[in-house]
Amino acid sequence: MSGGPLTLHVPEPQPCFGKAADSSRLHLSEAGQVRRPAVDVEAAEIRDLAYALIRVLDDGARAAGPWSGACTIEQLRAGLRAMLKTRAYDTRMTMLQRQRKTSFYMQCTGEEAISCGFQPALQSGDMNFPTYRQQGLLIAQDWPVIDMMCQVLSNEKDRMKGRQLPVFYSARGAGFFSISGNLATQYVQAVGWAMASAMRGERSVAAAWIGEGATAENDFHAALVFASVYRPPVVLNVVNNQWAISTAQSVAGGESATFAARAHGYGIPALRVDGNDYLAVHAAASWAVERARKNLGPTLIEWVTHRAAPHSTSDDPSKYRAPEDQTAWPLGDPVDRLKDHLIGLGGWSEARHVQLKAELDEEISVASKAAQGYGTLVEGSKCSPASMFDDVYKLMPPHLREQRQELGF
Amino acid sequence: MPSLTMIEAIRDAMDVMMARDERVVTFGQDVGRFGGVFRCTDGLQRKYGSSRCFDTPISESGIVGVAVGMGAYGLRPVAEIQFADYMYPAYDQLVSEAARLRFRSAGEFSAPIVVRMPCGGGIFGAQTHSQSPEALFTHVAGLKTVIPSNPHDAKGLLIAAIEDDDPVMFLEPKRIYNGPFDGHHDRPIVPWSKHELSETPEGYYTVPIGKAVVRRQGSDVSILAYGTMVHVVEAACQSVGVDAEIIDLRSLVPLDVDTIVRSVTKTGRCLIVHEATRTSGFGAELSALIQERCFYHLEAPVVRVTGWDTPYPHAQEWDYFPSPDRVGRALTRLMGS
Ligand SMILES: Cc1ncc(C[n+]2csc(CCOP(=O)(O)OP(=O)(O)O)c2C)c(N)n1
Repeated sequence: MSGGPLTLHVPEPQPCFGKAADSSRLHLSEAGQVRRPAVDVEAAEIRDLAYALIRVLDDGARAAGPWSGACTIEQLRAGLRAMLKTRAYDTRMTMLQRQRKTSFYMQCTGEEAISCGFQPALQSGDMNFPTYRQQGLLIAQDWPVIDMMCQVLSNEKDRMKGRQLPVFYSARGAGFFSISGNLATQYVQAVGWAMASAMRGERSVAAAWIGEGATAENDFHAALVFASVYRPPVVLNVVNNQWAISTAQSVAGGESATFAARAHGYGIPALRVDGNDYLAVHAAASWAVERARKNLGPTLIEWVTHRAAPHSTSDDPSKYRAPEDQTAWPLGDPVDRLKDHLIGLGGWSEARHVQLKAELDEEISVASKAAQGYGTLVEGSKCSPASMFDDVYKLMPPHLREQRQELGF
Repeated sequence: MPSLTMIEAIRDAMDVMMARDERVVTFGQDVGRFGGVFRCTDGLQRKYGSSRCFDTPISESGIVGVAVGMGAYGLRPVAEIQFADYMYPAYDQLVSEAARLRFRSAGEFSAPIVVRMPCGGGIFGAQTHSQSPEALFTHVAGLKTVIPSNPHDAKGLLIAAIEDDDPVMFLEPKRIYNGPFDGHHDRPIVPWSKHELSETPEGYYTVPIGKAVVRRQGSDVSILAYGTMVHVVEAACQSVGVDAEIIDLRSLVPLDVDTIVRSVTKTGRCLIVHEATRTSGFGAELSALIQERCFYHLEAPVVRVTGWDTPYPHAQEWDYFPSPDRVGRALTRLMGS
């Protein structure tokens, strides 16, 4: 103990995975090394898993260990397709924003395996409470991209009637809860949804989503304590993409403990998973959803991944992010890893890959043209200004009717 | 005098105060290394070190809560909330704690904090990047609330806020960060360098909290506005050709009642303009006050032009934003009655 004056610890904002200290914070494990407990395990028996990393694919893209073998080749090809389609969608929507056809866009580049690998573990009637970076949940279930595009363009076919910021989708039919914009609020709502399913004696499961940065919000902690008390059927996902706009995960508390470890303070079982490994994602998601469906309660999963793109189209990472952050990232790209794995299994080829990418680009391009045919934020038709007075309440009160008239409708 | 943008003026105020007073510290989401998503704290960490300007976790209640603790200790924290729309998780710390600490401890403890937040629309930010929550602060006993409309006032008011011994909510209309905006969204953007109120004295000066300013003398009607709406009102008066007296309130609590009463007593007419929703908005308070103090001088009912009582929409932004046209029509009606 030093006798000098106190000093404030301010975390190093910049991770660099090339440096041993920073890489050790990732708590990497070898592929296939981490055990797969029975789904009815108690939290106390798997505390070590909060400081390990479940990985199936090794550096040579071969599958290993107890979490492998959960997917057929067909399922893997569908997963690859969903990830590629998500990427093609993101590229096209970013381009539309650059062309000023809409105001804003957010990509999930580098994180596609998480939502695309998670969604197949769910079934109809389940509900995701997503953030703005889980478009893969919709795309993996073949939700029409044109519907998403119309929302991004705020045009006349936007089911949200031009009210919401681009990417703040809502798709009840796809088990996709309306996106808020205020971070973390959805996390505790997912717990409430899951509690309702249990209260009514039904079988549906909720999936809560949050970024590691937003775990600092009160609602994250409220969600964990409610989940701990009532043990509802909810999967508590934390997507640790290392960055929250300009601040590294250390500013969210990642320097002192893993995000998975937080669950243990509440007695909730936790897994920590390589989020860039489609096979690991699918296996861990299925494990947690099975626990939930069997009335065994909540599971927290920290998905370790890397935000490869800017935070949003309003962001310029060159101001805060060193180029090595990208190059030294040790867990690779989820699309490349699954592609190489499938090729290794004899179920895929470079040529088929190129062809699929071209097909998807074409599909997205056709949909994008069709969507623009219904208008964009700046051109063509959009929802009437009169509609902004709808849905504030179920029945429009007199003062809103009066204001709508004042606007000329 | 150098011409500054609103962002530069706000940064300059913090710079001046951090240099003068070691107790002044600033923090918030993306505030430290990056310098804030709107760049208001750019360079302060490099200049004053990371224990006086730093990034925080994404927890608004945490940000305001630690500010209260630091303020009670004796520091002068300037906390940034990234968007006013994200203030709500901090609301309990503001309303139940910062606002009442002095009262409940009979002066033993206090919270001399400033909470800065960008507010208002006009940037296609939709419901979560456009709100004007000033009335949620003015309704709370113990909080002061200020909103500058130009770089000169922004710097002077922020310095006054940092020196103030009570908690001050400092609202920054983000649409005028980089240039004055009169509501004509289809016209070219005007930079602050073209506006005389971007001329900002170097170093230390204050604009007193609680003092409004008459932006334009006039005899037909008094217009009360603040923030972006001051510019919208100026444009509307020009196009309608009314000899209006335009009062930029700058400080909502405490309010410069004398300046308002003097003007309305003289003109006999009053228009109130704000971007926030109408019902229980700050305009309602102003209107009641004028009724109480100027009733026998009024020649027409007080009129309000405000945002509609709906969440802020994305695609219909310009149908929501109180336009110079809407203000102009209200003026014409008011002059005719
Ligand atoms: C309550 C609230 N505070 C602040 C913001 C502004 N904001 C939007 S995204 C973001 C960073 C979130 O980072 P993280 O949770 O790690 O998710 P990621 O963007 O990396 O997916 C911030 C601070 C917000 N939307 N809501």
